[in-house]
Amino acid sequence: MELAWYWTALIAFVIVQFLLISASVLVYAERKVSGYMQNRPGPNRVGPFGFLQPFADVVKLVFKENIVPVLANPFVHSLAPMLMVVIAMGAGALIPFAHNVVIADMDVSVLVLLALTSISVYGVTLAGWSSNSKYSLLGGLRSSAQMISYELSMGLAVLSVVLIAGSLSLTEIVEDQAGGWGLLGWNIFRNPIGAILFIVTAFAETNRAPFDLPEAEQELVGGYHTEYSGMKFGMFFLAEYVNFFIASFVIVTLFFGGYMLPFESVLLGAFPALVDSLWLTVLQLGTILVKAGFFAFVFIWVRWTLPRFKYTQLMTLGWKYLLPIALANMLLVALGVALLS
Amino acid sequence: MAAQILFFVLATVAIAGALGMLVSRNPVNSALWLILNLFCVAGLYLTLNATFIAVIQVLVYAGAIMVLFLFVIMLLNLAALPDVRRFEWRKGVAYVLSMGLLSMLSFVVASSLGVLPEPQSLQAAADSGTANTLAKSLFVEFALPFEMIGILLLAATIGAVMLSKRKPV
Amino acid sequence: MLSDFYPLFVQLAIAAGLSFTLLKAAALIGPNRHNIVKRKAYESGMDPIGSAHERYSVKFYLVAMIFIVFDVEVVFLYPWAVSFKEFLEAGAGPGVMGVVMLFVIVLAIGLLYDIKKGGLEFD
Repeated sequence: MELAWYWTALIAFVIVQFLLISASVLVYAERKVSGYMQNRPGPNRVGPFGFLQPFADVVKLVFKENIVPVLANPFVHSLAPMLMVVIAMGAGALIPFAHNVVIADMDVSVLVLLALTSISVYGVTLAGWSSNSKYSLLGGLRSSAQMISYELSMGLAVLSVVLIAGSLSLTEIVEDQAGGWGLLGWNIFRNPIGAILFIVTAFAETNRAPFDLPEAEQELVGGYHTEYSGMKFGMFFLAEYVNFFIASFVIVTLFFGGYMLPFESVLLGAFPALVDSLWLTVLQLGTILVKAGFFAFVFIWVRWTLPRFKYTQLMTLGWKYLLPIALANMLLVALGVALLS
Repeated sequence: MAAQILFFVLATVAIAGALGMLVSRNPVNSALWLILNLFCVAGLYLTLNATFIAVIQVLVYAGAIMVLFLFVIMLLNLAALPDVRRFEWRKGVAYVLSMGLLSMLSFVVASSLGVLPEPQSLQAAADSGTANTLAKSLFVEFALPFEMIGILLLAATIGAVMLSKRKPV
Repeated sequence: MLSDFYPLFVQLAIAAGLSFTLLKAAALIGPNRHNIVKRKAYESGMDPIGSAHERYSVKFYLVAMIFIVFDVEVVFLYPWAVSFKEFLEAGAGPGVMGVVMLFVIVLAIGLLYDIKKGGLEFD
């Protein structure tokens, strides 16, 4: 689908705004959910049910002073948070939100997604280095070591999906899950180990609990963003929420049928009028939002349920368990593909 | 047409990145310049429609190898180099001009001898840069060299462990 | 195709513009009253001791090195994953599978060696 560049720009702009707004909704959701989990009401003062709290937070952050530590590298100090946000939002261009509704549809989009993930390590490393603070540097180093350790298992989990689909394009991976009886074509049923691996590594890549070692308050103060204040800190905060929202979309796209409705083929058989209609697109948009929203809730749920790992446990899990399991799973899936074809 | 403009922009930025890496005194800034350069090279692959190679370039060089570089810079606590000597512009210009002259002369000589490779069509370049063609040559034609790469990587792993051991074995 | 990537670049540019605007706006609107105490790096309320850029454990280097090795391995396997079905249809499936198996096993030996030698023990 060839679009004029201004339409592309407009749609990309809308997606960026959508990600911004969903990040604030997620911030609100996280505070509300954690509140209920801890038997307290959560934010309830600003606006109805405290719904305007995240927007008030943004306004507060804008009015805060931007402090650059002594001897810090000011350029890199501002580059790092920008990089985090740009990478997180750029990944939004790759997600197919409905049939034929995707900003950047290329034949290697899964790899582009992994490449973006691998670049986001720089945001963390550079933030830690440029702050000229011991806590920041140690947090940045730890965090980047964690991210690269889990990136391998994530890459192998994606590889097992690619084996099944035989394509590196996210749209084709979604279309590939259309087979089977209703839900059974989804990759979660065809490749369950890969799905679990991917979800676990997605938690680690987004630095969310129980893998939130970089900002382990009790030992590292704020980790790599100890020395960040005001809007620059806000950028890290924004990037975290956009990141795990995008991660939810990717989990859904790779393993839970993407934008496809459950039993879509049955539905289309019953209502042939729906085929290629605008209503189907709307339904698919709704479906992927519900699915991704569920996984975003899981991200929050896990954060307020599980305690944080120790660093040794984290590295042991990544290298001694997840990586061998991911390698074995890949070979297993390859054998499965060979036997079934 | 757009691809041609893009080529010249990317090539210029790539050279600027490489120069920036050489000139800057701070090792982390050097690394950042090198990352810029690597991205531009990935962009150059893109202008050839070799999408797979381009993304792999970013994934491996920018995403993995430069992370190691940054780690090493941080681990060794490399401070900014002192300003050893002022850069001499006259010498620099002389180097650039003489290198330009040399490359032009060698181009003329090579083209008159007919040893320059024939320029390939964009389609041929695109075909050789996809994952499928790569797989055919990697796993069928060059299976033995591929296994040797595996051994080489194994040697790298073992070497890294040996280097970072606390006591010599 | 190159043109497939333009929308991604547009999205990245818009995101960059947005984050730049946010940072600039905050820098313009926010107060700007620096002093040396405020700008000192946080160290539990004490004056920072020594340089922040100390030398750290060599383990991080080791992790990065092994990461590169396995990243390259995974990258080599992507072409295989994409065209595995085609290989199967062409009847070359078992041979290619054998090549890949050998490759994975060689690297798994490296990982095993690393674990046995305690290269990945963080303590």
